[in-house]
Amino acid sequence: MSLFRLEKRPAPSSLLSGLTPILAVLATMVAGGVMFAILGFQPLEAIRTIFWDPLFDPQFGPYSRPQLLVKAGPLILIAIGLALGFKAGIWNIGAEGQYIMGAVVGGGVGLAFYPSESPLIFPLMVFAGAFGGWVWASIPAVLKTTFGTNEILVSLMLVYVAENILASMASGILRNPDGQGFPGSRNLARDYPAASNPELIADTGMHWGVVAAFIAVILAYVLMTRHKMGFAIRLAGEAPRAARFAGVSPTRLILFCLGTAGALAGLAGLFEVTGPAGQITIDFNSGYGFTAIIVAFLGRLHPVGILFAGLLMALTYIGGELAQLMLGMPAAAIQLFQGMLLFFLLAMDVFANYRLRIGQPEVTS
Amino acid sequence: MKMITKLLAGATLGLTMAGPVLAQDDPTKVGFIYIGPVGDGGWTYEHDQGRLAVEEEFGDAVETVYQENVPESADAERAITQMALSGADLIFTTSFGYMDPTMAVAEKFPDVKFEHATGYKRADNVSTYSARFYEGRAIQGHIAGNLTESNIIGYIGSFPIPEVIRGMNAAFLHAKKVNPDVEFKIVWAFTWFDPAKEADAAKALIDQGADVVLQHTDSTAPQAAAQEAGGVYTFGQASDMSEYAPMPRVSSIIDDWAPYYIARTQAVMDGTWESTDTWDGIGPGMVGIGEITDAVPADVKEEALALKDAIASGEYHPFTGPINKQDGSVWLAEGETADDGTLLGMDFFVEGINAEIPN
Repeated sequence: MSLFRLEKRPAPSSLLSGLTPILAVLATMVAGGVMFAILGFQPLEAIRTIFWDPLFDPQFGPYSRPQLLVKAGPLILIAIGLALGFKAGIWNIGAEGQYIMGAVVGGGVGLAFYPSESPLIFPLMVFAGAFGGWVWASIPAVLKTTFGTNEILVSLMLVYVAENILASMASGILRNPDGQGFPGSRNLARDYPAASNPELIADTGMHWGVVAAFIAVILAYVLMTRHKMGFAIRLAGEAPRAARFAGVSPTRLILFCLGTAGALAGLAGLFEVTGPAGQITIDFNSGYGFTAIIVAFLGRLHPVGILFAGLLMALTYIGGELAQLMLGMPAAAIQLFQGMLLFFLLAMDVFANYRLRIGQPEVTS
Repeated sequence: MKMITKLLAGATLGLTMAGPVLAQDDPTKVGFIYIGPVGDGGWTYEHDQGRLAVEEEFGDAVETVYQENVPESADAERAITQMALSGADLIFTTSFGYMDPTMAVAEKFPDVKFEHATGYKRADNVSTYSARFYEGRAIQGHIAGNLTESNIIGYIGSFPIPEVIRGMNAAFLHAKKVNPDVEFKIVWAFTWFDPAKEADAAKALIDQGADVVLQHTDSTAPQAAAQEAGGVYTFGQASDMSEYAPMPRVSSIIDDWAPYYIARTQAVMDGTWESTDTWDGIGPGMVGIGEITDAVPADVKEEALALKDAIASGEYHPFTGPINKQDGSVWLAEGETADDGTLLGMDFFVEGINAEIPN
């Protein structure tokens, strides 16, 4: 006998589902502000440091603004691929592993030709990176279409396999022969120009990975709105039975969605290892593949939404770092703050799908 | 728009790089980049103790900042750059994986001094520093070889890098010296700090019969696992971990960075800072040996302390021949001691260790 009730809406409110990300961000600011106050920080100063300073602070802004693109690029690229599958009800949780394999295979191809100066090296590496990610994502796809295995579990488990391959490569065959026995490959960005992915225009953060992310946003938008495959994806997600009657092949859909997501994650890994990260190291992966899942949902699985969500997520990372640096805030508080964002987003979703009713239901006899 | 961003970026970097034209009362800003959380109770905790010691020593004349949990990836370069942009005069980057990022940032900020822990790349404004942990490992090995009854000593390795391999070799040689039947079982955790993985590794080693577990990872999880199992001896790593004394923790290797951090900060204040390569051990106090508890027999404790004194005074080197490599080839002849170059790049096990270095 409660005062509040949730009543399912006949159809999700389109106004609310568009507004929920914004409401979630606002709610996060409020709840985060309360948390910061409890921890003994000035809430407004903390919020300003996280959301404003990376963009407009005269000291940090000029460096942080380009860094937003560097941080958001891989998140967007991966999330675009994941969103295709998520729309169709195909759950690739293993983008982290696909990201690693893209870096290992693409980086490995580049290192195999060291110290070549051929301009073909980098394009070849890009192709190899996409291929590595595609293969890694195709494993759960083929297992699912052939044996009906659960792609959530298989793709996730393959992350751990990929991490071990990465560790083995970094301390084994890809190890820098001039590295005095320490694990880690040659630095592609600093010591191997033909295999490097530098900033295309100095101090803008624009590297090939960011360009690829923007292209992926546009292509995904076209695919979802103009192409038959986009229609099949949406139909499979919204009305699986209808999709089957409409002749959508589940096998093709699974192979396409997982494969594309894997290739994009692989590309993200390749661009990262040849640019901002520079080296194949044991800890090369830093969670982009998992964070991209949040980005995909924060962006409502819509390409343009993902673009903004990726930038927002990057902002909370960089702003969070500044809050640690300038205010001495613990890293855990920043992670909590990011967690709140996802929590509020999911919570707000409830209101897009349900109507809040106050009072008792009318008793009908 | 891009042009404007570019110009602004250039202008600001230029201003910052114009250097520390500091007013007299402007405190010296010292920054620290940490791999783990300051509360890890091990590696990062001890670096942070060093930071606090700097604050205590200089009071208002310094300001310290730190950033914890910085991954050894592209994020490291940004974290270090932002610290330099915030006006830091001296930055300590406290993990091996920050080497290339530190070098990259140092090129952009020639007037900021950088200190990279455990690496080998230096520049005019980049020093390196590390501690001879292997000296402490020798003492650990001596105690462990005496304590073990199953003759199986477990070892949790982090990454197969020279520093870790060196520690394994030092511990093994000295365990073997007092107990010829001793055997090492090694688990690589591929992490510096992951309590769950470290606990699993400790349990696996204990299940395989190890009654002494040494760790080269930073959390206290192996200590907790040993306590739960009972009858298993451990040693504190990086930090004293005395909350697990007298059992399972019977001693520890403590990293004491405070004297170094204070000296380097002083050098920046005096304008005498120079790029150096520091590798100090028990003698200068960079490596401390935590209290040996009563769980260790009195005679063993006495020998261990004598060994410590001999190493501290330079009278004894933990790597003194005859020592063969794992494949049986001669590494050090009778009476010969290892040179620092070989030690710094150590990528082989000594004879008798029945394990392989993963690659």
